[in-house]
Amino acid sequence: MAGSGLLGTPAAAGPRRSAAVTRRRPVRDRIRQGAWGWLFVTPMVLVLGLFMALPILMALWVSLLHWDGQSNPFTGHADFVGLGNYRDLISSDGLSRTLFATSLRNTAYYVLLTVPAQTVLALGLAIVVNQRMMRGRGVARTVFYFPSVTSSIAVSTVFLFLFQGSGSVNRMLSWIGVKGPNWFADPRGVVWLVLGDLGFTDPDHPGGPLARHGVLGLSWADWFSGPSVAMCTLILLSVWTTSGTFMLIFLAALQGIPRSLEEAAALDGVNRRQLLRHVTLPALRPVVFLVLTLGLIATWQVFDQVYVMGKGAPGNTTLTPAYLSYSSGFDNADYGHGAAIAFVLLAIILPLAGLQRWVLRERGGRGRRLRRGGRGPLRAPREEVGARG
Amino acid sequence: MADERPVLGRFPRPARIAGRLALCAFALLYVLPFLIQLATSLKTDPDAAAHPMTLFPGNPTVAAYRRLFGAGGGVESVPFLRWLGNSAFVTVAVTSGRVLFDSMAGYALARLPFAGRRTLFVFLLSAMSVPPVVLLIPKFLVLKSFGMFDSYSGMITPLLVDAGGVFIMKQFFESLPREIEEAARIDGAGVPRIFWSVVLPMSKAPLITLTVLSFQGSWNEFTHFLVSTQSSRYDTLTTGLAHFVSGGLGGGTQYPLKLAAALLSTLPVAALFFCFQRYFVRGSNAGSVKE
Repeated sequence: MAGSGLLGTPAAAGPRRSAAVTRRRPVRDRIRQGAWGWLFVTPMVLVLGLFMALPILMALWVSLLHWDGQSNPFTGHADFVGLGNYRDLISSDGLSRTLFATSLRNTAYYVLLTVPAQTVLALGLAIVVNQRMMRGRGVARTVFYFPSVTSSIAVSTVFLFLFQGSGSVNRMLSWIGVKGPNWFADPRGVVWLVLGDLGFTDPDHPGGPLARHGVLGLSWADWFSGPSVAMCTLILLSVWTTSGTFMLIFLAALQGIPRSLEEAAALDGVNRRQLLRHVTLPALRPVVFLVLTLGLIATWQVFDQVYVMGKGAPGNTTLTPAYLSYSSGFDNADYGHGAAIAFVLLAIILPLAGLQRWVLRERGGRGRRLRRGGRGPLRAPREEVGARG
Repeated sequence: MADERPVLGRFPRPARIAGRLALCAFALLYVLPFLIQLATSLKTDPDAAAHPMTLFPGNPTVAAYRRLFGAGGGVESVPFLRWLGNSAFVTVAVTSGRVLFDSMAGYALARLPFAGRRTLFVFLLSAMSVPPVVLLIPKFLVLKSFGMFDSYSGMITPLLVDAGGVFIMKQFFESLPREIEEAARIDGAGVPRIFWSVVLPMSKAPLITLTVLSFQGSWNEFTHFLVSTQSSRYDTLTTGLAHFVSGGLGGGTQYPLKLAAALLSTLPVAALFFCFQRYFVRGSNAGSVKE
């Protein structure tokens, strides 16, 4: 559960009322309730404290060490390197920095393509599936949502089969006369690939002069290469699995738009496109923002698919910071380095989560409408999604 | 039920038909991978490699499934039953823990006045924003220090409480009318009794939502099991399949077997999904997003 959006309805009304009620009650009763309260939250405090807060603190310490995972890192014998692990990632020239920059580049393209695609697709699907007169829309909703509930490992396995060199996708492409690439083995960036095909660049020396200079140990040609062909399959997989979830969020919001608003617009004689542009989309704005930030937060963490679909290969073009953090620790026994990567990743993601909270809080008026429509984490959308249609 | 009439007139007939066709084609993109998966799992290795698109295998065979269930007849088999057993065991343990502990904590945060409740709620919200992949190495570190690495307790305990679930339950309990609990209190019922015999029976819908989400979450969990275990005897369906698939990068080899294993591992969640679809929907509207 990464980041939760439709919050902002904390116990605003609760405590005030409870104070009025409890004042009448004997003090002893209150104390007893307080004791039960602590007892009831103890499991939560223990689990979240020991397996979420404590690990973060310990990892913060380990990220300052050179630790191979064997000895106890909390004794005086630990090999303290200060900010060395972070320097290796950001400022000192070397393989670690190049790898890290590569993983950032890969993920940036992944995020840049996945987030808009899944948002637009989900919104489009929601609008279509929300058509009141459409037959079979329940089935359609089920079909689009189903991939979201399956295991990421299982669907990655399926995609691995579909996108093989001689797999289903290339077979289908061959029907329309296109020779598909060898998806998972193709490290070429799509920007240079397209420019090369159009004759703008020399395919043997993509990037030309840009290949000579760079930043963070990666040449400009590499930075601007775009996602590799292999990365494109991960992007497709991600859009395919997440669009259903986001479609449901949009659907709930669409059903929360007051019908009177649409009817008033219809009386004014708007056509379908005007209704969409001037009534529906403005009403959905906070939800679009919610979906965008949820997408941004989730895509920066991509890990499972990378693990199954190549572990960074080909040519490190599917390497992501999350996977790099894992493999530095578990494959190269350099846990300090891995922990440092995790914290840099955290530094990228936390502002996004903060931004989401902040905007949802700032837009009081709009936020309230959003809450009425979608508040309900537990209030089902007005119409239940059902295979029964 | 809201007024079902559309606000604007219907599309003209040709546009409707075109739209319907486009939607069907698009829906096919979402269904086809699963159909291909099913078809391929019933093929032989050479057949799967030669005809990746045929939905009706010429000579259907259940050899892949036989191998998964240990009836390979000499061929080295995959420890699928062990994966299945581990997944089932861990999922049942985690789901029961989450349903109990999440609703207890949610009730306390919603109703019981105790010192530090505000702070705990802020703590809960922060816990919800911690990105799970950042915890990979940190979790390993803690499990190792506690001596829980590579054990069932290390796989289960950290998942027993889920911040999102606590949040869902808290929101629900706050929406309940207080009067019933007050009446029970006046009748002399204590907190545990009110919680167990009054509040929980009124909370069927959110409890089902929580059960369904916890089941799905722990059945599909991958990263936590990846960093909390090492020996293959603790492999679950996700880690086992992931090791199997990513380790044997031998091109088109054994795809029927891999796809059959993936298919079987999807079935329980799929069954749950088709029975309790609306509870999944509620969960996803609570803002939880799978990636």
